[in-house]
Amino acid sequence: MAKRVAIVGTGQTFHKSHRPDVNGQEIINEAVQRALADADLKIKDIDAIVIGNMDHFEGINYVDCWSVDGSGGVMKPVIKITTGGTTGASLAIGGNHMVGSGMFEKVLVIGWEKNSESDTTGAITTAFDPIWDRQVFAGAISGLAAEAQGYMARYGASDRDGARVSVRDRKHAMNNPHAQLRKEVTLEEVLASPMLADPIHLLDVCPRTDGACAVIMASEDVAEKICPKPDWIWKTAARHSYAYLGDADYGRLVSMERCAKEIFQKVGIKEPRKEIDVIEMYQPYSFAGLIWIEDMGIVGPGEAPGYIWDGNTDMGGELPVNPSGGVISCNPIGATGLIRCAEAAMQVMGKAEGRQVPDVNFAVSTGFGGCWWTDMLLHGKKKPN
Amino acid sequence: MSDIFKGIEPLIYESKINVPYSWWAGDTASKFFINLRDEKKIIAPRCGSCGKVFLPPRKVCPACFTENTEWVSVSDEGTLVSYSVARRKLASIPADKKLPVVWGLVKLDGADTAILHFLDDVDPGDVKIGMRVKAVFAEQRTGGIRDISHFKPVR
Repeated sequence: MAKRVAIVGTGQTFHKSHRPDVNGQEIINEAVQRALADADLKIKDIDAIVIGNMDHFEGINYVDCWSVDGSGGVMKPVIKITTGGTTGASLAIGGNHMVGSGMFEKVLVIGWEKNSESDTTGAITTAFDPIWDRQVFAGAISGLAAEAQGYMARYGASDRDGARVSVRDRKHAMNNPHAQLRKEVTLEEVLASPMLADPIHLLDVCPRTDGACAVIMASEDVAEKICPKPDWIWKTAARHSYAYLGDADYGRLVSMERCAKEIFQKVGIKEPRKEIDVIEMYQPYSFAGLIWIEDMGIVGPGEAPGYIWDGNTDMGGELPVNPSGGVISCNPIGATGLIRCAEAAMQVMGKAEGRQVPDVNFAVSTGFGGCWWTDMLLHGKKKPN
Repeated sequence: MSDIFKGIEPLIYESKINVPYSWWAGDTASKFFINLRDEKKIIAPRCGSCGKVFLPPRKVCPACFTENTEWVSVSDEGTLVSYSVARRKLASIPADKKLPVVWGLVKLDGADTAILHFLDDVDPGDVKIGMRVKAVFAEQRTGGIRDISHFKPVR
């Protein structure tokens, strides 16, 4: 019964810091209509919907039901998935499972967030253990700062190395009309921006964004009829490792390493650096752009700064990372992971316009959550074996 | 019940989660609220395909899945579809409302969907499904649903 699954259409809003002109259902609808138009489908063609956003963020708990005007879910099977920062990537994996199971032929996957409506830090704090961690810790940035400190101490990296990643992603965003922040910055500007939590400067981290993304997945029975060159989902993986703040290995993302190993081993990718053509990484701050490509196995431990300084991850380089401008340029959190998936799909389908990487055979997209977990998807041009 | 904690000293960390919100009404709802506040008029969007008139206003017709671009005037009088009477003062009841509080679902003339609001100027025992009611506008209007103070029976 298992079916191969392909992405046959994607749609996004033009993401902004505030969208006072629309409510949540309405912003969802913008992405859905664009995805349907991209796949040349009507809402009646959709068999089921998977939707998600962050817990607490808009304070609306029955998003699966409340959003049907916008999602098109009236009298359809709708299921909600919410897994913190990885929500968007988990939505993609969930949609993949639904189609792959053979139970639904065409599934609409929706991630969205209206970050402007909430107290992001207050909501994120609820992800941490109430007795042990929450009383002495809040929000997202301090944990990331601890990771960056751990990495720098272990491998002698500097805040200039982190800033180089930020310069890259913000430059890439200039090619993406959907990105929220589209302003090039220099290394000096990153290092001179306010220090939020040592060594993370303001220009090293992601913004808060209002936006939505929709992706349509179809089974192998119909995918190529809908879209002549679909994006085939080759493999997905998800890993969790953490219950308390002290559990993480600060300076290494073990969940990323395990996801990458599982996928590359099963698919037979031996040299990911050579065999993968583009990565859309859920990289909420610049230093992750160093650390996590090492954990993914693109380069060895401590080698990322040199690899990145040499331009290998820039557009036109050996392995471009985040042609979209990434999470640093745009972060509607519940949509963010799904945007990575959609952007990777667009690269494989040849639909990435001004941010297209030439001849993409394999693309990787990831999701990340502040409790150090990882989702990963491998996208490919050829139909999987 | 009293045995539950026998031999145990249960330690508890008391806490609250503070998660404030400020929700954008959006252009569609705002158009309705601005008319209500400034003109004391009730307007609603109509689906260009099936002709349904939505109150509360909706940007997209959920059946046709097309954007509603046309707006029509709706009467301030309508029919009570259903109701309930609250006799206990819970936190969700505004401080200025006196018990008992009657909630009604009112389908205004010209609309195809009902709107939830308070009924007042009526004895709870006299409320009947199908009765005719009329909007009473608030003196001070701020651009919210309580710019309609309540609905009262049409006599």
